[in-house]
Amino acid sequence: MSVELDVFVGNTTIMDEEVYQLWLDGHTVNDAVKVRMEGGVMDECEASKDVLLSDTMDQYRTFQMCERLLHSPAKLANQLLFQIPPHRQIMLIERCSRDALIQLTHLFQRSHNSLFLYLFVKPPPLCYVSSHGNLFFVSLSLFRYYAFDDTFVREVLGKKLSKGTKKDLDDISAKTNVTLKSCRRQFDNFKRVFKVVEELKGPLVENIRQHFLLSDKLARDYAAIVFFANNRFETGKRKLQYLSFQDFAFCAGQLISNWTVGAVDNMVEDMDVDLDKEFLQELKELKILITDKDLLDQHKSLVCTALRGKTKVFIEMENNFKNLSRGLINIAAKLTNTKDVRDFFIDLVEKFIEPCRSDRWTAADMKLYLTHYTNSAHILDTFKHQVVWDRYMGVVKSCIFKMYHD
Amino acid sequence: MPGKLKAKIVAGRHLPVMDRASDLTDAFVEVKFGNTTFKTDVCPKSLNPQWNSEWFKFEVDDEDLQDEPLQITVLDHDTYSANDAIGKVYIDIDPLLYSEAASVISGWFPIYDTIHGIRGEINVIVKVELFNDLNRFRQSSCGVKFFCTTCIPQCYRATLVHGFVEELVVNEDPEYQWIDRIRTPRASNEARQRLISLMSGELQRKIGLKVLEMGGNAVVGYLQCFDLEGESGLVVRAIGTACTLDKLSSGSAPNTNTHMHPNTAPASNACNSPSKDGKEPVFVEDLPSSSGPPTPFRALPTSSSPPPFSPSKPCSRQSSSSDTDLSLTPKTGMGSGGSAGKEAGPLRTLLRQQTQTALEQREFPFFTLTSFPPGFLLHVGGVVSARSVKLLDRIHNPDEPETRDAWWEEIRQEIKSHARALGCHAVVGYSESTSICEEVCILSASGTAAILNPRYMREGCLDIGCTDHRFEEPSPPNCGFCHIPYDELNMPFPAQLTYCYHCRRQKVPDVLFTTIDLPSEAAVAGKGCLIQARLCRLKKKAQGEANATAISNLLPFMEYELHTQLMNKLKLRSMNALFGLHIQISVGENMLLGLASATGVYLTALPAPGGIQIAGKTPGDLSSEHISSIQKRINDTIAVNKELYQINPPELAEEGVGSPIPEPRHRSRLFRSHSESSDELSELDLSHGKKDAFVLEIDDTDAVEDIHSLLIDAPPPTGFYSCNTENMPGISNWTSGVQMFTSVRVLRLSNANLTNQGLNKIFTDLCENLLKSFYFKLRSMIPCCLCHLNFTVAVPEEELIQVTVTAVAMTYDKEQTQEKTAEKPVNKGSLEAEEQLQFPLELCADSSSSNIQTASKISDTVSLFTPAAKLCQNQLLIVRSAGVGESTNISPRAASVDYGSFADRCSTWLELLRLKAHTIRRGSVKTSRRTQSLAHSVSSLERCSPLQEGRSRSLRSSRSFGGSSVTVVKMTPLSFLSGTRIIKYLGIINMFFIRETTSLREEGGVSGFLHSFIAEVFAMVRAHVAALGGNAVVSYSMKECVFMENPNKNQAQCLINVSGDAVICISETDQESSASTANTGQTGGGGTDGAT
Repeated sequence: MSVELDVFVGNTTIMDEEVYQLWLDGHTVNDAVKVRMEGGVMDECEASKDVLLSDTMDQYRTFQMCERLLHSPAKLANQLLFQIPPHRQIMLIERCSRDALIQLTHLFQRSHNSLFLYLFVKPPPLCYVSSHGNLFFVSLSLFRYYAFDDTFVREVLGKKLSKGTKKDLDDISAKTNVTLKSCRRQFDNFKRVFKVVEELKGPLVENIRQHFLLSDKLARDYAAIVFFANNRFETGKRKLQYLSFQDFAFCAGQLISNWTVGAVDNMVEDMDVDLDKEFLQELKELKILITDKDLLDQHKSLVCTALRGKTKVFIEMENNFKNLSRGLINIAAKLTNTKDVRDFFIDLVEKFIEPCRSDRWTAADMKLYLTHYTNSAHILDTFKHQVVWDRYMGVVKSCIFKMYHD
Repeated sequence: MPGKLKAKIVAGRHLPVMDRASDLTDAFVEVKFGNTTFKTDVCPKSLNPQWNSEWFKFEVDDEDLQDEPLQITVLDHDTYSANDAIGKVYIDIDPLLYSEAASVISGWFPIYDTIHGIRGEINVIVKVELFNDLNRFRQSSCGVKFFCTTCIPQCYRATLVHGFVEELVVNEDPEYQWIDRIRTPRASNEARQRLISLMSGELQRKIGLKVLEMGGNAVVGYLQCFDLEGESGLVVRAIGTACTLDKLSSGSAPNTNTHMHPNTAPASNACNSPSKDGKEPVFVEDLPSSSGPPTPFRALPTSSSPPPFSPSKPCSRQSSSSDTDLSLTPKTGMGSGGSAGKEAGPLRTLLRQQTQTALEQREFPFFTLTSFPPGFLLHVGGVVSARSVKLLDRIHNPDEPETRDAWWEEIRQEIKSHARALGCHAVVGYSESTSICEEVCILSASGTAAILNPRYMREGCLDIGCTDHRFEEPSPPNCGFCHIPYDELNMPFPAQLTYCYHCRRQKVPDVLFTTIDLPSEAAVAGKGCLIQARLCRLKKKAQGEANATAISNLLPFMEYELHTQLMNKLKLRSMNALFGLHIQISVGENMLLGLASATGVYLTALPAPGGIQIAGKTPGDLSSEHISSIQKRINDTIAVNKELYQINPPELAEEGVGSPIPEPRHRSRLFRSHSESSDELSELDLSHGKKDAFVLEIDDTDAVEDIHSLLIDAPPPTGFYSCNTENMPGISNWTSGVQMFTSVRVLRLSNANLTNQGLNKIFTDLCENLLKSFYFKLRSMIPCCLCHLNFTVAVPEEELIQVTVTAVAMTYDKEQTQEKTAEKPVNKGSLEAEEQLQFPLELCADSSSSNIQTASKISDTVSLFTPAAKLCQNQLLIVRSAGVGESTNISPRAASVDYGSFADRCSTWLELLRLKAHTIRRGSVKTSRRTQSLAHSVSSLERCSPLQEGRSRSLRSSRSFGGSSVTVVKMTPLSFLSGTRIIKYLGIINMFFIRETTSLREEGGVSGFLHSFIAEVFAMVRAHVAALGGNAVVSYSMKECVFMENPNKNQAQCLINVSGDAVICISETDQESSASTANTGQTGGGGTDGAT
């Protein structure tokens, strides 16, 4: 005797947030049942294991059916398959600020076992609170579906989003302790987003937000992932292991907003994904700061004058100035080569961060040094490339600040 | 000729990729009606094409308009090969043919393919221009409205109820035609879908014609079914109740609340009720005049006019009797029968006569309605049912479906004769069903025998008042329907009759079974609950005649056992009446499944049910200790259930309710028959012999099992109630939470040799587990009630048991009751009758107790229907034609329980008489007791969560939803949507879909396949309703869900038929609060936590 078929379909789609998370995390139905049993849900309605199993399977099926829609969330706005009624929460949402909304979300999760899924969303996403009462609120589910594990994304960051990488997912899964299913979902999400924004004009982050109805934060993270994948930045080397995804995401944000084509012209294809070639060419001009002996000495003296007495590592700074300056400017000069672009982060670490660290600079020292280093260049009267210099150093400075930690 | 259909194809969206190379689609659309086809241009390379076509115009007969659906096919243009079909949309344009329904169909429809499911959506606009056809001999019946709802639709009033209409059409099933061997599954499915769509259109048209002939303008309680007879064809049949409906202007609707005090008006009317002389002639006149439209029944106005009363018996009796007569001995009445009989005679004769006339006209006094305007129903006799086993043969001439007609005719005749045996002239809550396995078919029909208010049988007396009250003789509305309709002298079966616990004037049975909904005016104690009896019987595989015989031999045993189970479970819950009883017997190759569902309730008019006593056959069999432990468990369960369902009837202590000895009242009125091809009838007594106490005897292990299984039914978890009727007895304060759902479960039995007992256990567990699953899934809606739980069982294959359930979960508010109760009489006119009448008694006691007293006083002067002197023999009668079961051959247990004693019965009888006298003497005390009961009910409702307020309020916000891109369409199997008022009926939704797959595994196995199919069906229903401009479907039902699989071939197929009424409803609070919109926002603030 066995249950051959067992389905439950409501006119209103019921989704259990807990089960949804379990599904996203790649748990099998049986695992999910175990987790739920431990969670004590059984006590709630005198449920038995069978009931729980049946419910979990139903939910999983629902999620699988939703998945197709989640792949292109913009379609959700007018899909007909799942019905979401205007629910009692709506009214609250209408009158809430965004923060309240998020609070509400937590409250909601705690106090309700299941929630009605709001898949119907009108772009623009999240937090658009209507004054005349129209329904739209990004589903929590959507966030969840596009949410990722930082540990996982750290592993694939900068790798080509190709079949080859996908094959390695089981290793990554083993290493990061994220289930393979979940790894695949996350990887496929990256790929899907990549594929869609690749062909779009306009700002990257905005495009992602519009098409996938993601929150601003999540959209920025995706932009970073896409950006890294496109430029194939090296992030896997041992020396870079200490950096988290968030460190890189920050750097990516800096690069996107300052070094890409989009930074100067915002209606070009791929504008936010590719670095501005002209700018990279111009970077070569900065070499003068290290090739011209006078300029180098002048620069050094200006910086040292400014720093004297303000830091404990002044001696080291003075001794290392030429080395460090050469390091940074060489990086800039080489960026015309794709290969060297890939090594941008490893170069920053090797040529600048490591020497400083061995001299025991504090973060404050670093800040001080880089600020004066950048500003002093403006006083050099023979140095004509102020604009390029600022554009370069602005990004490098903030990247190094972010990356300078243990 | 007169009709012009216009269609415009606007756009498509989310189309599937048909061209792998470009990842795009070159879509165009074919629009077909009848034999005319139009095409749009190709919209190249787009998944979201904008066609914006011209108006395609079809000039067609209105006959075709009714029969044919508009067929829209979306295709992918292919230069080199044949165009690929993406999918189709069938649009039933029937709703455009009524003047009051929808005027345009416009919206996004899912594009459906029988192999791939929904593939994108298409935006279509459809209009109809209709010219009036005055041709008397027309074949069309445009303008006749159809309602699935089994009560008078909310925004209408019935001026006349004409009666039963039925029709069936047959055809060859395309799936079984020779051509099916060479065409694709898609083509075959589409042929089937189209054919069924055509057939239902035709059927509806033919029924419409009959209605027009009768002079009606609508069909209420329209029930259409398919019989997939395989090789022998396809039968589409429908039954309904023809009515003349008047649309209420929205302004007058609120008056419905006048019904709340049905007893007040009658009181005054009855006071001056005139002589009986006037009345008889009128009656006689009536009958002949009814020859044209036979058995026309006047229905009462649902609203603006004064409510009719619940009256009754021939008025002549009014003069004849006095309290004393009645209170002293019931027999006196009898004795004086000379006169009383004479007086009562004419009407009764007339009623009979009428039935007779109807019979001659081959017309059936049947009503598919399950709830009626107050006063319509005078008395209810009990359930009548008939089953017949038939062997299917090929339908030779589809145009003359004589055999099928004859079969149903036969069954209906039988039902009618049963009803007559119960002294009733009508059958209400009537329905028909079939179960087919290979070439064997079980036809079943059931209903509730009843006596309707004679007033409604007269023509042209709608202007209530002057003429009518002559007939009326008030009897308390909340118990009148319980009074026995049959003659006590000629009881069709032995029943334990007692005086009505309410009015003390007339006889009531100890238990009442019905197929209708609980009348809104009925007085109940506590809450109701779902009661199910489940049964499996193995049978040998056989062919043809032998198989049919085997089945018909098993049927009576099944009925008997189901009935016993129902009785036991009813008693276990300490209730005394069943409403909405539906017994389904499903046939498979090697087994029969029986499932009886009903809603149990405690009617305060009926005596308290006795307990259940356990006894060992012989002392040696089982230790008395064991027996007493079982007895204790049973007693405990009863006590627990009383608590659970809050059954605390306003009892008279002296009546010994709690007496340890079970009361001798276990009978019910279930009167049914089976007929086979032969006409020989034999009667079978299925009552538990003549014993008085309800005793379960343990004589073997089977019996022990049975008792255990009795106790297995777990009560619903706290916060849940369940019922299978329209309204939940004891709950009326619904809030806005509504969740309709469908669940299907199929169980595969292992090959092991199963016994009947084993099977029963499996089947019972299956049903119980389903319920448990529902409770769990819907736990966030607590407190809530599962209403209209409709279970359907089937045996799709050997070793497979399929159970399909459709129901609605509705949240309610414990707290608001009190407040509402108080408010109701005053305002809240827009509330539905169902709601209003939940606590009629309490209301009256509160605000109009004086009226009550007047009413009851008047009724006291009227003599009771004289009780029968004859004690009768058979209570439960089964008439079978198979000639197999003699009365001796009932199941062994039936015989074993037969040790009731006549002495017992007599003593009870005397005791009752004593009590009766006693209570009448203390008549004045009654009122105070009622008040007590009010107090009680209020206090029980008091404890509750404060959250509810917020929830109900927030419903208001839903109306502001219009801006969203997708209209939310609520669905419910009930005739109303809580918290809203229906302002317009847009037409009937009747859709049939087939889905097939050849990649079952890829679609997630059978569950994945069916899950997405059901979700798609919901989506399509919603889309059609939204296109009609509606926002809800009421009286929704899934009539057919046939699932077939072949996992080895990776294939599965499923057929689903759904129906319902598309409506526009508005929030009840909308009107009153439209001005206070700002306020709404404010109240919502408190609702944060109210969103439980």
